[in-house]
Amino acid sequence: MNWTETEPIISIKDLHKSFGSLEVLKGISMDVMKGEVVCVIGPSGSGKSTLIRCINALNDINSGSIKVEGQEVHDPKLNKLELRKKVGMVFQQYNLFPHRTALQNIMMAPVKVLKQNPEDVRERAINLMTRVNLTGKEDSYPGELSGGQQQRVAIARSLAMNPRVMLFDEVTAALDPETVKDVLITIKDLAEDGMTCILVTHEMGFAREVADCIYFTDRGIIVEYGPPSTFFSDAKDPRTKEFLSQIL
Amino acid sequence: MIETITSFFLQLADDYPRWNFIFFYDSFQWWRLVGGLKMTILLSIACVLLSVVIGIVGAWLQGSPRRWVRLLVQGYIQFFRNTPPFVQLLFFYFALGQITPTITGPDGWTEVPLISNVGWAIISLSFFAGSFNVEIFRAGIEAVPESTREAADSLGFSRFQSYVELVMPLAFRVSLPALNNNLVNLIKTTTQAIGIAVPELLYECVGIWNDYPSALYPTMTVLFFVFIILVGILVAGMHKWEKSMQIPGYGAS
Amino acid sequence: MGSRLIPGVHSRASTDLPVLLPYRYRGTDENGLVGFSSWLVSATPWIVPVAFALCLIWPLTALAAGYGYDDAIKALFKWLPFLFLSGFLFNILISVLTMLIGTMAGVLLGLAQITPVWIIQVAAKFATQLFRNSPWLVLLFIVLLALPFEFTIGSMIISVPDWSKAVFGLSLPIMANISEVVRGAIQSVPTGQWEAAESLAFSRRQVLWQIILPQCFKRMIPPWMNWYAILTMATPLCSLLGVEELITLSRQAIESENNHPELLVPFYSFALMIFFLYCYPIARLTIQLEKRYAVKL
Repeated sequence: MNWTETEPIISIKDLHKSFGSLEVLKGISMDVMKGEVVCVIGPSGSGKSTLIRCINALNDINSGSIKVEGQEVHDPKLNKLELRKKVGMVFQQYNLFPHRTALQNIMMAPVKVLKQNPEDVRERAINLMTRVNLTGKEDSYPGELSGGQQQRVAIARSLAMNPRVMLFDEVTAALDPETVKDVLITIKDLAEDGMTCILVTHEMGFAREVADCIYFTDRGIIVEYGPPSTFFSDAKDPRTKEFLSQIL
Repeated sequence: MIETITSFFLQLADDYPRWNFIFFYDSFQWWRLVGGLKMTILLSIACVLLSVVIGIVGAWLQGSPRRWVRLLVQGYIQFFRNTPPFVQLLFFYFALGQITPTITGPDGWTEVPLISNVGWAIISLSFFAGSFNVEIFRAGIEAVPESTREAADSLGFSRFQSYVELVMPLAFRVSLPALNNNLVNLIKTTTQAIGIAVPELLYECVGIWNDYPSALYPTMTVLFFVFIILVGILVAGMHKWEKSMQIPGYGAS
Repeated sequence: MGSRLIPGVHSRASTDLPVLLPYRYRGTDENGLVGFSSWLVSATPWIVPVAFALCLIWPLTALAAGYGYDDAIKALFKWLPFLFLSGFLFNILISVLTMLIGTMAGVLLGLAQITPVWIIQVAAKFATQLFRNSPWLVLLFIVLLALPFEFTIGSMIISVPDWSKAVFGLSLPIMANISEVVRGAIQSVPTGQWEAAESLAFSRRQVLWQIILPQCFKRMIPPWMNWYAILTMATPLCSLLGVEELITLSRQAIESENNHPELLVPFYSFALMIFFLYCYPIARLTIQLEKRYAVKL
């Protein structure tokens, strides 16, 4: 692997993906540099979620290529563990493990998968809890936390693996409005610390504030992309314009 | 103390000839009953444990990517669930028992079967109850949402790790009520071991009331009580366990 | 609790403790063994021939000297019509009679479990739990020994055949379990139905017979069939009481063939197979009905 930081950390080329006869992604290409924050927006069913699930190999692909740090994701010889150490993912429904406390949720993967020393991991996990602003909730079970708190535990859980890239799949879509803000602040802090992030989101204001680049997808293709400053004020494509006019 | 009890029951047998609690004053009959009770408890514990193990292994195999493994498990379940447990027991003991090898007994010259009738009873009843347990656990596993398993995937858990750390603990909680029912049923089914002369409680009771017809009603009463107590202990234990495994924030509110 | 409790029908805190509310397992009800069927969906029908092969070819491959397995199988085919007609059909007859009696008694007991008259309700619940939780074999033995062997009516002496005692003995647990099926089905009808009917001035009896029971009748069929299958598989227990059913006759046949040990595998395999062939289709049908009725709740 000869990947250097001058090359894109994630490089997607002509990605196609179908579910049965339904083609969801019809040739997607995008490059994400290290430290960049990318937001993917677009109407429901435009394939945004499928796109980032493919990056983490949760969905397989039909054709094209996805490279993370120069390593092909859909190479059958790929060690998925190596990929998933590099790429963290946060889900819309949090998907915390309901039978473990918040702290245990964070510690589980590093201890069981990476076989790290539980004492070190515990210390790191407590720091992560502080980082996502949940000090004092270490021993709460997911069922005892609000949606926003659960989502922040889920973010901390992913961070505990020390990933290079974080994927966020509509992480605020299932939350009560008043808890959305805390989660967004957490992500923003993360982005400001230099974490490479790909977000699928409906929060346009947030996207405008944190993103380095915004991609608009519709019906399985990337219609338009650009930095937020020009993207929101100066969209070229009529479909983008229509979408933005509905949402803003 | 003991003398008061024996004399009370002796008197009772005198006054009411139909209520001859012979085992409460005749020590031979008493030990017969205790022996039967011990055997019933042994059968119950052994079968409960073995059948749960069979259930867990079977449910794991049912998720196997190999088609023939899944079919084999399916065939096992089908067969054991749709044939009478009593005939299974006879088949195991009489039919398979004569094919299995024998070993030389403790006296050095008689041949004894490798697996005794108690052994066959445990094997047969466990496989019977196990076929139900496989399905109970599988249903529990299916109740664990795909998305939760995906989260484990995305954190790099292997299939085995996510089974042990995530799927099984959750599935087990979901399965408990159904498992409870099946194990209660299993304890009741242990009486069928009488068919291959396993000296369990029913066997001894039948023996006692054959020898002493006047002890018929007392033995029946004891039988009813013992099984209701045994089932009660199991149910209470399972409920306690269920409660202790309850996840805060998820139980009935 | 938002809605009112119908006296007798509903009670507070009657559920099993749900340990994990969000992921509820829907496969079972209180009968537990209805789940007995829910797995069958994924099964392929050709399991039958496979199981057949397993039971019939395997013994053929086993080694035998002198009196061989081929002789044993010849003997089985000689006895087969007798075993089927006098043995297995008798098992079926016992199961049908038992189911008939058990169902009638069970429906009455089930309705008694939800009557507002508390003394009847308590007695019905006690009877249900007692017979549901006792081993079938214990009940069979008790009925066999506790019932008189003959009745005297005037100068007539009517002897009671063993098989009728077996029918009675098996009816008890069936009655108790059907009672639970009936109670469960009635309680599964939403309270709103009772309230709606009562607000239209139906009497309690009218509500029960004209509104509630017609709704849950269909839902009772799958568990009822399930219990029939379980009952059929319990009929071999009658051989312990000396009833001349399949297993008893198989033993007699083996004896009259001079007790060669090679006879055991074929004869018991035959018994297993014939029960399987009878119960497996019932189980599949149960599943199908269960699926069909489940949607229309």
